[in-house]
Amino acid sequence: MIPELGHFALVLALLLAAAQAVFGLWGAHRVDARWMSVVRPAVAGQFVLISFGVGVLVYAFVSFDFSVLYVASNSNSALPTFYRVAALWGAHEGSLLLWVWILALWTLAVAAFSRNLPATFASRVMGVLGVVSFGFLLFTLYTSNPFERLLPAPADGRDLNPVLQDPALAIHPPLLYTGYVGFAVAYAFACAAMLEGKLDQVWARWTRPWTTLAWCFLSVGIALGSWWAYYELGWGGYWFWDPVENASFMPWLVGTALIHSLAVTEKRGLFKSWTLLLAILAFSLSLLGTFLVRSGVLVSVHSFAADPSRGMFILAFLICMIGGALILYSWRAPLLRSAAGFDGTAREAFLLYNNILLVLAALVVLIGTLAPLVNDALGMQSISVGTGWFTSSFPYLALGLLGLVAVGIHAAWKRGRVGDSRTRLLIGLAAALVIGLAVVFGAYGLGKWQSLVGIVFGTWVIVSSLFDPIDRWRRKLSLPRAVIGMTIAHIGIGVCVIAVSTVESYTVERDVALRPGETVAMGRYAYRFEKLEPVEGPNYDGVRAELTVLRDGRPITVLHPEKRTYWVQRSTMTEAGIHSRWNMDLFVALGEDLGEGRWSLRVQLRPLIDYIWLAAALMALGGGLAASDRRYRARRLAEESPAVPGAATEVT
Amino acid sequence: MNRFIVPLVVFLGLAGVLYIGVRHSPDKSIMASALLGKPAPSFELPVLGEARKLSSRELAGKPWVLNVWGTWCAGCREEHPALLAIARQNLVTLVGLSWKDEDAAAQQWLTQLGNPYSVVAVDREGRTAIDFGVYGAPETFLIDERGLVQYRHVGAMTLEAWEREFVPRLKRGGLP
Repeated sequence: MIPELGHFALVLALLLAAAQAVFGLWGAHRVDARWMSVVRPAVAGQFVLISFGVGVLVYAFVSFDFSVLYVASNSNSALPTFYRVAALWGAHEGSLLLWVWILALWTLAVAAFSRNLPATFASRVMGVLGVVSFGFLLFTLYTSNPFERLLPAPADGRDLNPVLQDPALAIHPPLLYTGYVGFAVAYAFACAAMLEGKLDQVWARWTRPWTTLAWCFLSVGIALGSWWAYYELGWGGYWFWDPVENASFMPWLVGTALIHSLAVTEKRGLFKSWTLLLAILAFSLSLLGTFLVRSGVLVSVHSFAADPSRGMFILAFLICMIGGALILYSWRAPLLRSAAGFDGTAREAFLLYNNILLVLAALVVLIGTLAPLVNDALGMQSISVGTGWFTSSFPYLALGLLGLVAVGIHAAWKRGRVGDSRTRLLIGLAAALVIGLAVVFGAYGLGKWQSLVGIVFGTWVIVSSLFDPIDRWRRKLSLPRAVIGMTIAHIGIGVCVIAVSTVESYTVERDVALRPGETVAMGRYAYRFEKLEPVEGPNYDGVRAELTVLRDGRPITVLHPEKRTYWVQRSTMTEAGIHSRWNMDLFVALGEDLGEGRWSLRVQLRPLIDYIWLAAALMALGGGLAASDRRYRARRLAEESPAVPGAATEVT
Repeated sequence: MNRFIVPLVVFLGLAGVLYIGVRHSPDKSIMASALLGKPAPSFELPVLGEARKLSSRELAGKPWVLNVWGTWCAGCREEHPALLAIARQNLVTLVGLSWKDEDAAAQQWLTQLGNPYSVVAVDREGRTAIDFGVYGAPETFLIDERGLVQYRHVGAMTLEAWEREFVPRLKRGGLP
């Protein structure tokens, strides 16, 4: 009975979404206050109903209701409570429910914080979000009902995919989805602006914090996924250019471009049509990601619940949402004219170059991801391009981007003269060269030249981004959160590139076969295989190895890599043994039993790898600070005059 | 016409590709196996209903098919008629792997539903299935005359999959 109530709540939510879309869009078109007044209650009601649905499914999981097919497929009586809740998004149906729930949450936030916006504009934003919500609820109910019954109920469930039984992966999907879905808000703002036929600097100011916030969640979500892959998949890698990873990376790249383009639109009233296009693209790529992951058109280690029959529905939805927005764009964007111009070395120009590189990078990833599909469509054999495609192109784009950040950060708005910032440029580059080269040759020695450039450029970005805040501080000027946030986020990018460059060049890795008591040496470090013992967890058993790590002959830590076999699905998972030092990770993964007491082991020394995830945290922190800047919080008080009076243009 | 229509045109092209992608979606039963093209794991297991053991070495020299099943598995019941039909074609040695099952139950199953297997190895602890990377029953592996794994079918076996994937590989012999 209770699961049926959850199902019914979703049906009601679908009706409310329809009401939200119709009254929001049509009411704004008619400028009818009574029609528009329906929208906010519809948003709130929808959130309550979907939350109820989520609650019902959680209850079914926690109370072992195996008569619900989804629970029976993704849970088991031996599964710990934490994972029974996380199992909610362990497969397709629940993931979709999570998707619509997060969308409802974002929409609720928009409804709450948009009261000071023009009524028709706010109404259109929520109307567009209603269309998105309608589509996804329909998809959920039509093809992927999470409350589907399984009668007679089995005695026990088939268990959650063991790959997902991990704390990082349990919270990775909600964060990732929050980021994905957050771009729906930027998309809705863009569509509303096009429908209104008006896009000015105030619009950019409204849109910016939402976009930045979504970008922060996406950054953390991607980093968590990468961290999980690092210690759970047992290969010691952190990024595999897997289609599912790419699906989350493309919106991130375009989202990054969007954040910067919005900055120009807000400060200078420029790049309007470009900003609109990026807002549409960022969400389109989120939808495309959902399509790729959920339709199963691309086979991937991540596709746990792919089903081609669902692909058609998402594709149709994709065409409506993206195609509709792009038709609107081709009609409205020509009307948006920017009055102001700028020099080729002004900050605007650098941001434009940066944007182009970011979109190019997203395009490279997109081509690489879709290559198997395109080959298939052209009647060729469906093959993937492999990581070579990405690793041979992406690093150069990234280095170009970094160089632009390091130089462009000193440029002034509108009229930039390189001469004005020549001192800063030279000091920054000199400092980066000294620090970078000293670190490389002092600690590691020459590796790949790309890594050397990466470390120097990363340092250069960090040094460059410190000039402005230090300058403001010394001159006792105000230091708004937007500036602090930007600085921290840019430092994050620098740290990320330094870490990736170091890991790529200076990782030491060995695959060895050892008996207990034997030792493998790597430079100053040595791993001694002590013993192997059985372990038993709540829903798995397996073996655990014990290895002592020695540095210069002295023991520094003990690692316990595991190999687990989960009872229900009989699949084997590795748990790597990792010890993090400030400058490197000591890593060991347990391989196969080679017989006669020998086990294959993969041992690694990975320098600076943890800084990749620290960098993501810095970026998210910086974004969060920037999004909470006073001028966004103070929106209520005023329609402050735009930063550059007269640059705002209106069209209709 | 204006330049702002370009994104729409590009997107429509992409949508076309995606449409073809969905229509030609790869068969989900082809789950990549790490073992493809690699030697099949060796084993020595008791034979169901006999007092001898079966070693994987005995099977070397000609292609054989390993079908992992259990009486507790619904998909195995579903695929059973297909297995019987395949056995009648007499193209290949069909080896059953009774996975984590009671011998009596397995015997009764074969008596009731018919026995498609040339021989059934008993993997009571599931070690051999783990070596083969079995994700869940039923799964079917094709091993060629050199002892290399050529194909892995996940889920209930069908005659269609047999004709499409197994038979051509058997006829071709060896790696494509």
